[in-house]
Amino acid sequence: MDYFQIALVTLEATIRLSVPLVLAALAGLFSERAGIFDIGLEGKMLAAAFAGGAAAAVYDSAFLGLLAAIAVSVCLALVHGYASITQRGNQIVSGVAINFIAIGATVILGQAWFRQGGRTPQLGGDSRFEAVTLPFVDTLADIPYLGDIYANLISGHFLLTYFAFAMVPFSWWVLYRTRFGLRLRAVGENPGAVDTAGISVTRMRYLAVICCGILCGFAGAYLSMAVAAGFVKGMTAGKGFIALAALIFAKWKPVNVMLACLLFGFLDALAILMQGRPLPLIGEVPVQFMQALPYILTVILLAGFIGKAIPPKAGGVPYVKER
Amino acid sequence: MSSPYEKLPGWVEYVLIPLINLVVAFLVAGLVVLIVGQSPIKAASLLVQGAFGYGEGLGFTLYYATNFIFTGLAVSVAFHCGLFNIGGEGQAYVGGLGVALVCLWLDGIFPWYMTFMVAVMASALFGAAWALIPGFLQAKRGSHVVITTIMFNFIASSLMVYMLVEVIKPLGSMAPQTRTFLEGGQLPRLDWLLAIFGFDIGGAPFNLSFLVALVAAFFVWLLIWRTRLGYEIRTMGASPKAARYAGIKDARIIIITMLISGGLAGMMALNPIMGDQHRLQLDFVAGAGFVGIAVALMGRSHPVGIIPAAILFGVLYQGGAEISFEMPEISRDMITIIQGLVILFAGALENMFRPALVAFFATLRGAGNPSEVSTPGE
Repeated sequence: MDYFQIALVTLEATIRLSVPLVLAALAGLFSERAGIFDIGLEGKMLAAAFAGGAAAAVYDSAFLGLLAAIAVSVCLALVHGYASITQRGNQIVSGVAINFIAIGATVILGQAWFRQGGRTPQLGGDSRFEAVTLPFVDTLADIPYLGDIYANLISGHFLLTYFAFAMVPFSWWVLYRTRFGLRLRAVGENPGAVDTAGISVTRMRYLAVICCGILCGFAGAYLSMAVAAGFVKGMTAGKGFIALAALIFAKWKPVNVMLACLLFGFLDALAILMQGRPLPLIGEVPVQFMQALPYILTVILLAGFIGKAIPPKAGGVPYVKER
Repeated sequence: MSSPYEKLPGWVEYVLIPLINLVVAFLVAGLVVLIVGQSPIKAASLLVQGAFGYGEGLGFTLYYATNFIFTGLAVSVAFHCGLFNIGGEGQAYVGGLGVALVCLWLDGIFPWYMTFMVAVMASALFGAAWALIPGFLQAKRGSHVVITTIMFNFIASSLMVYMLVEVIKPLGSMAPQTRTFLEGGQLPRLDWLLAIFGFDIGGAPFNLSFLVALVAAFFVWLLIWRTRLGYEIRTMGASPKAARYAGIKDARIIIITMLISGGLAGMMALNPIMGDQHRLQLDFVAGAGFVGIAVALMGRSHPVGIIPAAILFGVLYQGGAEISFEMPEISRDMITIIQGLVILFAGALENMFRPALVAFFATLRGAGNPSEVSTPGE
């Protein structure tokens, strides 16, 4: 394979691997920008992946699968919201709880319903999202380089992939150019001021948490109904936490979120590519190092060596209305 | 943390509320068992039977409980300082590296008790070292310890895979684990302790680490409630501003607390590695670090609460194995659900039943002494 082909394959893998990260990190963005820390992204994504895979298999419809994924994820998000907004509980504790419930419940229910060792039945045909081929692929195929780039990098992805990347500017627009977004951000910085303006902090925060649930639902559906043809036990494999790391790495800004997710996705793709291939000068880089790199980078960022990550001011603090 | 809720009698606060939360968590878990189409009552009786019904079961229950006492103490020490150490899993994993290195080095030279003393220190040291950077970053840079410890869990997992696969695996071996330790690296089992009560532990790996865990629990109590450092830790946890105003060096306290917390988590590795498997294996922690969160929340961060909470989770682990044997639909993943529910109801939703209880006790008091009826609608 020549270098162009290698680069193409790696970049294609980067896009494929960063989609769930982009969706989950944007989900976290909505929640955390409203002052609700969410380390339950992983759990919501896992539960959504399971619900999507299960519903798509039973009803033989990818669309119903997606709806189920979103519904389950939003339910878990509402549990998190109830605990951290209404009950003013500890948001981290609640997130941890949701992760565990999701890990356990997906396996127990999967085994009880399908008896395939925690898997959901293989999806195919109508029950799975297929890759979309954009127009003009054949027309451009003869052009050297450009044809390949168009066919592999731009065309040939799942609908959810395009959706994920479209959500980046959309999230930016919602957060920075709408009244809803302004209020959402304000609730995360200074809920007292929002309350004074006569807007319900509770309502805003619940809406933010629901947005988070919807996006996590898409992320889960992408995992079990697009990249893979069915749910596999523990299939998120820490992606929710990488997304969380990306969110911090991006300093809670939408466009940065996409770049951070692409970076972490690229590292993942690179790790697969470099397995067993020594690099000039350095020698063979251990796979484990490449796997740990997103986390290491985030810690270095948090240490303040790459700018400073300042979380929303009221993040993690339950709002108590003045009496 | 200032509580927006009215004060309740001590026994309600420390016994009744945790108990109600626990019961609700188990009721919801029972609901899941029903959804799966099984009988929760049968599952519960199998659970108790498997965990306490015979000597070997009891031995396993206490063996698991030992892990959870250590990790529960680790989480609770950090809680007292207002820190949430989710990194127990990683700290215990790296602590295991310390134990294994000591055992590989000394098991042929010294008898077990000499190796053990060095191993205890190494486990605590390695665990503490893994908590040092998150502690330092929280203290000096203000980066949230929750996030950094999550990151360090993943880094620990990668590091340990690398160490086991590339560095300390014996030559010519395929399995990513160390060689089996000699006699000098194996802890004696506590079969005699249960024999006093007429139980035969059979093949259960219930070992000396259990007593170490109890001693650790005592020292944590001593530290938190009977020393100056403990007072400073609790002051930091209650109000960082007040602590700073009182001249407590907050950065120093945060780092020390994280070191103690990490050390306790690291010591958990003694139990499975020196007490049971006699070698270092991949993923030997198996979630015990996370169970520590549930244990600490349930035990209200007090050693007297942590020990029964740890035993309860020991029951779940051992009895859960028994259930999955008899009822294959309820695999050990059921424990993970229960763990999550306990964390949810005893942690995040701990105040859900409080208003009702406050109202209930107010009417009780009101009925007893009409002059003390609290004014409603404040």
